[in-house]
Amino acid sequence: MTSIRFIAPMALAIILASNGAFAASAEEGKTAYVKNGCWGCHGFVGQGGSAGPKLAPDPKPLDFMAAFIRHTNGTMPPYSEKILSVEDLASIHAYLRSIPKSADAKSIPLLN
Amino acid sequence: MTVKKKDTETKAGRRNFLGGVIASGATAVMAPTLAGAAEPAASGPAKAKTMPPSAKTAASETAIPPDMGHSAGVPGSDFMVDVIKSVDIKYLPSNCASSFRAIHESLINYGGNTKPEFLTCMHEESAVAMAHGYFKIAGKPLITLCHGTVGLQHATMGVYNAWCDRVPLIILGGNDMDAAHRPPGVPTFHAAQDINAIVRDYTKWDDTPVSLQHFSQSFVRAYKIAMTPPYGPVAISLDAGLQQEPVKEHGEKLYIPRYVPTSPPQGDTGAVKEAARLLANATNPVIVVDRAARTPEGIPLLVQLAELLQAKVFDQGGRMNFPKTHYLSSGPAAIPGADVIIGMELSDFWGTVNAFTDNAENGGIGANSTKIKPGTKLISISSVDLNTKSNYQDFQRYQVIDVPMAADAQATLPALIEAVRSAIPNSAKDAIAKRGEAAKKSYAEVKLRARQEAAVGWDASPISTARVVMETYAQIKDLDWSLVAAESPGFNWPQRLWPMEKYHHWLGRSGGYGVGYGSPAAIGAALANRDLGRFSVSFQPDGDLMYAPGVLWTAAKHKIPLLSVMINNRGYHQEVMHVQRLSNFRNRKVNLGGDMGPVGTSIMNPDIEYHKLAESMGWWAKGPIKDPAQLASAIKEAVAVVKSGQPALLNVWTQPR
Repeated sequence: MTSIRFIAPMALAIILASNGAFAASAEEGKTAYVKNGCWGCHGFVGQGGSAGPKLAPDPKPLDFMAAFIRHTNGTMPPYSEKILSVEDLASIHAYLRSIPKSADAKSIPLLN
Repeated sequence: MTVKKKDTETKAGRRNFLGGVIASGATAVMAPTLAGAAEPAASGPAKAKTMPPSAKTAASETAIPPDMGHSAGVPGSDFMVDVIKSVDIKYLPSNCASSFRAIHESLINYGGNTKPEFLTCMHEESAVAMAHGYFKIAGKPLITLCHGTVGLQHATMGVYNAWCDRVPLIILGGNDMDAAHRPPGVPTFHAAQDINAIVRDYTKWDDTPVSLQHFSQSFVRAYKIAMTPPYGPVAISLDAGLQQEPVKEHGEKLYIPRYVPTSPPQGDTGAVKEAARLLANATNPVIVVDRAARTPEGIPLLVQLAELLQAKVFDQGGRMNFPKTHYLSSGPAAIPGADVIIGMELSDFWGTVNAFTDNAENGGIGANSTKIKPGTKLISISSVDLNTKSNYQDFQRYQVIDVPMAADAQATLPALIEAVRSAIPNSAKDAIAKRGEAAKKSYAEVKLRARQEAAVGWDASPISTARVVMETYAQIKDLDWSLVAAESPGFNWPQRLWPMEKYHHWLGRSGGYGVGYGSPAAIGAALANRDLGRFSVSFQPDGDLMYAPGVLWTAAKHKIPLLSVMINNRGYHQEVMHVQRLSNFRNRKVNLGGDMGPVGTSIMNPDIEYHKLAESMGWWAKGPIKDPAQLASAIKEAVAVVKSGQPALLNVWTQPR
């Protein structure tokens, strides 16, 4: 069952990425990110914190993220398609991809 | 009926006096109304006519009151003040109330309003939390007075936090017990058979003295019980009659018992020896501490034990137990590799060695799992084992311990250190030294990771909490600083990034996680720091401040300097996540109701202007600050204000955690 559960989102991601039926928008993704409560644990720019890991910059691939979001059984609750649509998920991923790299800690005087 | 009338007329003056107070109060309310009615009639267009006052009312407004006489003899409450002064209590944060008016009057007039000095509070919960924060710096308890009914009802959550956080404080609740003679109406609404019942489940001891001698014994006993580990709050019911009536010695001269501190309980010698044997022979011993350091002297003792074993120390942060700058300072990651774990004054041993995952497993109640290897030996030293109550569940889940000691950890440490020193076999010394080298390496890695994580989102708006913390540190690092509160449980940047070494660098949290502790406890701790010449800083959550913001006025009124940097995430953030989680478990889209967080969890639309709130109560304040580039100059300005002796607040819009 586990493998089937993971294959479905992966296939979906491939379809989304290849056929152009849906162009994921970072701007829409930012809105979806807030509306779906991702900011709550991961921060508004995906920086993570004590309640959730860092998501950006350099987010995990969409297929990995989709599989995790749909089926996680840890502290993070799963998001079904009813709660978070395929399109919104892809947009959120586009938003996370759009977040630029932060400065390295070594270049920030207050952190040294 | 005749007897009743005679009784009313001839009883002690305190009853009549209270009636006079009530009449005066009514007058004060009515007077402006009467004055306001008179003016337009003389100069303006016709207004609706008002009835002239009755002859009785007019007389009560204008006549010279009859001589009420003076109480004969020494007031009982003067003796009570002598008793309170005998234990050297510096402050008395309190919200005034008629049921303790007699001792109030004695404190400020007979007692000269010193030791204790009355601090005007706007809410009993604030008064208790101020005492809570004060103790964690000063190591001395404060006293608070409140109405035994409505005042104590307000105070209860603060008392529960103090109970869970093992902090002593003395509550005196005014109560008029004599139902036959107390004034009817409000004073009777404010009377009860047993006022202490409401806090009995989370106080160490309480009493209802019925004579002044009984009071003096009870008060000194209460102080002694509160100050014997495990520390905790105590309550005394203060009868209005006993306060107000003159001292009657009944042939026996009143006396005040001398306070002699009780030695804290130490671990049994055999148990200490067995614990030392296990630790000395362990491959990977781990020390876990929560409230182990009861005083600043606890820190060097823990350093000695850790260095002797080269054991990692996981400081859960109920107090500042172990220097964050020490290479043996660790976190929960140390637990799974341990073969012997010693927990000292832990509030939750089960939660230390087990994990609970709040997921949909087991019918939605979540999943449990162990964090430790089979065969891991567990040692506990906890004074709380000596004082467990039934109702409130602060004792947490039951954990089987191999060597449990019902004893005070700090008092037991010298004997444990010596026992470990004797028990370490020569053959183990190389392995112990290697453990230390490995700990140094992992410590450096953890510190580097913290800095890297802090850098992510550094320039974001709302401002990252890591940036707020480090911008603040940059402005106070050269001062003798004390982080007096950082109340959000998920907010741990100061512990990860600041070089916390001294006992006053970190005071721990509320204990019972009752929201509303942060601002009053910070002000109470800042009061103690003011007297020691230290600089106090707090990270103030928005929701916490709004429980009883009147405490801001108390800080301004009594010139308590505090830098309060708000972590304003515009919501009750933990609940934001809880409701989101439950919505997902139930496969329902969460209802935001136009806000960012689920309905009922956001503090926005409208946004609260905390800087204006603070300004209105006499603070220097600035905000809202949303641009990280503006932070440094604002904090610098605020630090200068605090150094001049005033409180200052910065309303900073931040990321959620």
